Amino acid sequence: MIHECVGQFACLAGDIGFNVDNLRTGFWQLTIDGLAWGAIYALVAVGYTLVFGVLRLINFAHSEIFMLGMFGAYFCLDMILGFNPSGNAYNRGVGLTILYLGIAMVFAMAVSGLAAVGLEFIAYRPLRRRNARSLTFLITAIGMSFVLQEFVHFVLPKILKGYGGSNAQQPIILVQPKTQFHIFGATVSNITLVIVAAALVLALLTDSAINRTKFGRGIRAVAQDATTATLMGVSRERIIVTTFLIGGLLAGAAAVLYTLRVPQGIIYSGGFLLGIKAFSAAVLGGIGNLRGALLGGLLLGIMENYGQALFGTQWRDVVAFVLLVLVLLVRPTGILGESLGKARA
Amino acid sequence: MRGRATRNAIAVGSAALVVFGMAGCSQKAPSSDSSKSSTSAGETTAPPTDLKIVAQVQIDQNGAEVKSDATVAPVDPAGDGTATCAPVKIAMAGALNGPDAALGINIKNGVQLALDKHNAANPGCQIELKAFDTEGDPQKATAIAPQIVDDASIIGLVGPAFSGETKATGGVFDQAGLVAATASATNVTLSEQGWKTFLRGLANDGVQGPSVANYLKNALGDKKICVVDDSTDYGTGLAKAVRDTLGPVADEACNISVKKGDKDFSAAVTQVKGQSPDSVFYSGYYAEAAPFVQQLRDAGFTGKFVSADGTKDEEFVKQAGESSKDALLSCPCGPASPEFTAEYSAKFNQAPGTYSTEGYDLGTIMAKGIDSGAVTREALLAFAKAYDGQGVARKYQWTDTGELTTTLIWIYKVQ
Repeated sequence: MIHECVGQFACLAGDIGFNVDNLRTGFWQLTIDGLAWGAIYALVAVGYTLVFGVLRLINFAHSEIFMLGMFGAYFCLDMILGFNPSGNAYNRGVGLTILYLGIAMVFAMAVSGLAAVGLEFIAYRPLRRRNARSLTFLITAIGMSFVLQEFVHFVLPKILKGYGGSNAQQPIILVQPKTQFHIFGATVSNITLVIVAAALVLALLTDSAINRTKFGRGIRAVAQDATTATLMGVSRERIIVTTFLIGGLLAGAAAVLYTLRVPQGIIYSGGFLLGIKAFSAAVLGGIGNLRGALLGGLLLGIMENYGQALFGTQWRDVVAFVLLVLVLLVRPTGILGESLGKARA
Repeated sequence: MRGRATRNAIAVGSAALVVFGMAGCSQKAPSSDSSKSSTSAGETTAPPTDLKIVAQVQIDQNGAEVKSDATVAPVDPAGDGTATCAPVKIAMAGALNGPDAALGINIKNGVQLALDKHNAANPGCQIELKAFDTEGDPQKATAIAPQIVDDASIIGLVGPAFSGETKATGGVFDQAGLVAATASATNVTLSEQGWKTFLRGLANDGVQGPSVANYLKNALGDKKICVVDDSTDYGTGLAKAVRDTLGPVADEACNISVKKGDKDFSAAVTQVKGQSPDSVFYSGYYAEAAPFVQQLRDAGFTGKFVSADGTKDEEFVKQAGESSKDALLSCPCGPASPEFTAEYSAKFNQAPGTYSTEGYDLGTIMAKGIDSGAVTREALLAFAKAYDGQGVARKYQWTDTGELTTTLIWIYKVQ
């Protein structure tokens, strides 16, 4: 390859394909896979967007909250429900599988939720007390992201044998992916169904929690104008904790859905790239805007899949970020644009 | 207000159960047969995974089988026990942490075993092993290479482990005159850089690629193969060699490049399925190969899954489970002999992995050199370049560019 191209750019350009046929033949399959993938992005993106809306903080440690959720689900299946990891599927039947998945998901949500609130207490609250500048928060967030990663990488194996460390956890696969039906020639597997359905329900619940409940009104009020909201009797600190909690819960749910799809993904570094993508999804939809995050996630998942069919699989991340830049050029505030506070129900 | 918050949290939390209930109803009919095939409800044990990577055949560049010559005993690092030398160090560089650490640790343990055997037998000559963790990352390796070179007590290096990092640092070791014998970097171009200190303890991808390609084409009679690479130096180099040898058998329509670090290969799987090839050759490491083979099998792909030395690791079988069954893995690395396995297992409490034998053999060669009085970088380099002896894995003798004089490839199978 080195001998064939003149400069680095010539090489790069040579690598980019433009395979329209590939996109056309695989269109529906790519759409469905992208939708499932996008649903996971969307759930994680909510965590970024809510925290940004309330605190104007990009919580880069959110990807590690997601990663802890994966470990939480794994711990639940392994230690509490007594599954042996083996890399093989269990197929215990529909009813039991749903029960086990449900328990694992609740546990993962609890782990991620607690981790998110803990992160708030340990890292961000002391900074707020001291009126730290926003840059300090950002650096803290990045720092905490590394702390949590390296904790799982180096410390966790010493506390819990067989957990964390350099390799991914040996997968526990509850259910073998199985084609349920076809849409336009594309196969829809049971896992895709579960991911999309679960994400949809969670998204609707979150949306109504933010827009319909008293607490949601509090969150929107703080996002709009923290000082006035406080004067009106809203406890800002309590709102902040709730915001982190909701973000964490959704990240935990997303983590379980992700491991259904990629059972080999439970590793200390497993949240990083996904977190960045989810953050991009939040920006794409308009950061600070809940529905924007959901829309941005789905859009990013689908476009990324089209992009990699068109240009080649290795360009997947490039497609995602180029898309982000293009959208921001036209709409600097993202697709839906509004902030959390101004969003109408 | 607080009560409501709790209620909200519970509502969101319990949503999962509701969702799974709904999703379950919608798929009850088609998947009911799977529930029948599973054992009685509740507490069954996990499906057993007793899959292992087993050596099948040794092949040459035409893909034809070569019987190995087992009559010559490997050189023993212990020597005659009378060697005396000033205390010196041998360095080892490779990924000791991170997702690809298994390979680095295999090499390190191999070198350690050789040096420990040597040190135990020769009280008058103690060689210390100093390990450097590059995480397999060329950038980190570039920062670590000067540390190795600047330590004057280090007279030889086993490593770096991966091709990318070796490419990035080879010039530094060449300038310092430090012999850098790699136990695992197989990128072809490494021996074409004009480095005088580079030695490769195994066949390169230029050998591995054609060998495995010819084996698939000639010995197994494949008509259509999808070659997928992971966009790393190692992956693209090997994939190119395989594609070139396969010629028209490598289907243009599924020449796919994925990215190292990816875990979702849905687009690649869709593309492969559209072509329904006899086999898929994955040119990359086990961390990606495991989810890839699983996703291929889940999507109903029934052809052969073939990969190379980057995937030949127990972790691959552990991660992919039943999906890894019957996967073919080529490797320039030799299988461990029963005696070597026994010594290694006793010391490290685990079976030797890929490149453990190479690490051991290279460590042995350096120990032999030091025993013979080669205790400077210059002398050890000269000793290694002129070396000719049998190791556990193979015979070691190098050409001027640092390649072995005889290069054979092993085919392993998961079964």
